[in-house]
Amino acid sequence: MNAGKILLVEDNPDDIALTMRALKSHNMTNDVVVAQDGVQALDYLFGAEGGAGPDELPAVVLLDLKLPKVNGLEVLQRIRADERTRLLPVVILTSSDEERDLIDGYRLGANSYVRKPVDFVEFTQAAKQLGLYWLLMNRAPPVPRRL
Amino acid sequence: MSPLRDWPIKRKLTAILLLISGLVLVLTSAAFVTYQVVTFRGTIQSHLATRSRILAANSTAALAFANEADATEILAALKYDPHMVAAALYNQDGRVLATYPVAATADLIPAAPQPDGYRFQGGRLVGSTPVAQGGKRLGTLYIASDTKDVSDALRLSGVIAIVVLAIAMLAAYALAAALQGRISAPILALAETATAVSTRQDYSVRAPKLGEDELGTLTDAFNQMLVRIEDQDRELRRYATELEQRVAERTQELQERHEAVRRNAAELLAANQELDAFAYSVSHDLRAPLRSIDGFSHVLLEDYAAQLDQAGRDSLQRVRAASQRMATLIDDLLKLARVTRAEMRTEVVDLSGMARDIVAELQRATPERHVEFAIAPGLEARGDPRLLRVALDNLLRNGWKYTAKQPRPQIEFASTNVNGERAFVVRDNGAGFDMKYADKLFGVFQRLHSAAEFEGTGVGLATVRRIITRHGGRIWAEGAVDRGATFYFTL
Ligand SMILES: Nc1ncnc2c1ncn2[C@@H]1O[C@H](COP(=O)(O)OP(=O)(O)O)[C@@H](O)[C@H]1O
Ligand SMILES: [Mg+2]
Repeated sequence: MNAGKILLVEDNPDDIALTMRALKSHNMTNDVVVAQDGVQALDYLFGAEGGAGPDELPAVVLLDLKLPKVNGLEVLQRIRADERTRLLPVVILTSSDEERDLIDGYRLGANSYVRKPVDFVEFTQAAKQLGLYWLLMNRAPPVPRRL
Repeated sequence: MSPLRDWPIKRKLTAILLLISGLVLVLTSAAFVTYQVVTFRGTIQSHLATRSRILAANSTAALAFANEADATEILAALKYDPHMVAAALYNQDGRVLATYPVAATADLIPAAPQPDGYRFQGGRLVGSTPVAQGGKRLGTLYIASDTKDVSDALRLSGVIAIVVLAIAMLAAYALAAALQGRISAPILALAETATAVSTRQDYSVRAPKLGEDELGTLTDAFNQMLVRIEDQDRELRRYATELEQRVAERTQELQERHEAVRRNAAELLAANQELDAFAYSVSHDLRAPLRSIDGFSHVLLEDYAAQLDQAGRDSLQRVRAASQRMATLIDDLLKLARVTRAEMRTEVVDLSGMARDIVAELQRATPERHVEFAIAPGLEARGDPRLLRVALDNLLRNGWKYTAKQPRPQIEFASTNVNGERAFVVRDNGAGFDMKYADKLFGVFQRLHSAAEFEGTGVGLATVRRIITRHGGRIWAEGAVDRGATFYFTL
């Protein structure tokens, strides 16, 4: 099984800490890479100023929607627009349960949409489901080689 | 030639005048000619009679002695009158004694004497006169004269009559032509004025008045009518202008109002968008700190449980409960805002089916509870299915919640008639409420039960009322403490 990295795109340090804790409490050993805004996320995925990206793509992207600079939906759009990341699993992890966010998220090609519950117990439950599914059960798509 | 009724009035008048005068003249001439002929006939008849009597008197001797030569000679004197055609003397026995002319043919002289007297016969005047002496009749004198004088006289008087007729007709025509104008001119003037009025719609023209007769009266009446029409026309025009002006004003007003409405709508849209943005940021930003509060309280409880005493742990539990409750409040408020903003899609909604679905969901979530449900079948209404679902869900969920302490809970969904209007009813036999506070039920965050008795945020019924109001309906409630509650709504 691919024990790839998790890219967590999240600007709120509390949420970062809580998410890390939730993931850890379920023994998800994967490395978690944190991008604190949309630009960082894109830089990580595609490299700064169009440079080469990381050697390996993350196994899954946990994407908040409300981000400084470039928001989550734009990041998602960029991910889906690029040949290399077109099939990269992206889970939207957000506070909002606004219907239009849900619709926009799925329309732009999110693989799933999870609303962060206030209740931490529920939150760890959700994180566990996510991690299990996307890291352990799901086979990552083959990475297309760049021509 | 066009039929008489289409002739111009001038010609009609002239024709009538000529016809009448012509008729009169013809009758007069005929009378004149007849009179002439009759008198002339009488004259020549008496003339012939006198001559006959003279001739008869001269013939007595010749007849008495049957002297044929004398008789012939006497008759021969007639040759001095060119009009004499024939004559004959008959003796007592009716035999012809002498004739004139001597060799008169039989068709000129009748074979036997005719009865006495004179008459016109076959274009001639013939007569028989007795020849007598001393009261004794000796024979009969027959005489025949032509009527050339009569026909001459007739011809002459005919010519005179025709000449007079012609002159009189000419005079009559001239007079008629001159005089018909007296009648036709005012009529023509009227007609011309009427034409001007009707073709040019010019009510300011007036027909000239040419006399004080009936036509003058007619002209006056016509002119008065024109004055009235002119006045009314002017009035009408004024009204029309006024009306136009008013229409223009109204249009302007309407446009302004329309503009205002448009502005209002734009403002409303802006306000709605603002609300939208507000709700969006509430949903994102207000929940995040709550998550931190709850999350780190949890971390404390998990990682530092040993360092905390019971009171400390209890406090942290309360912090967690409060943050979760606040999350619920936020969610409920967001739902309320969403109900206000949501676009309405109207269709026929199966309310009974919807109620059954909701009930099934409630029972699935809390299988240990046993509530008796009575859902009337076939209840339908026109409305937005998603909004109506939210409303019905809130009402049934309340029923479910507020019957929790009732040993035999019952919930009913039905329809009833309220003042001729159909109302839907959700009734339960639960905790009920005090009617004194009935008007508070539908306010945001308004609750009639404490959180210790029944949990809740107090947003549900406010949401329901907003949905019902958006459907143009009403909602109200009846209840009594511990005797259940009934919610009515119309759509
Ligand atoms: N079926 C019911 N029986 C008794 N009281 C009710 C019922 N439904 C609503 N209420 C009263 O109306 C209040 C407002 O209801 P609601 O807006 O749904 O808020 P919540 O249910 O969250 O408390 C409730 O707190 C309760 O006191
Ligand atoms: Mg309620």
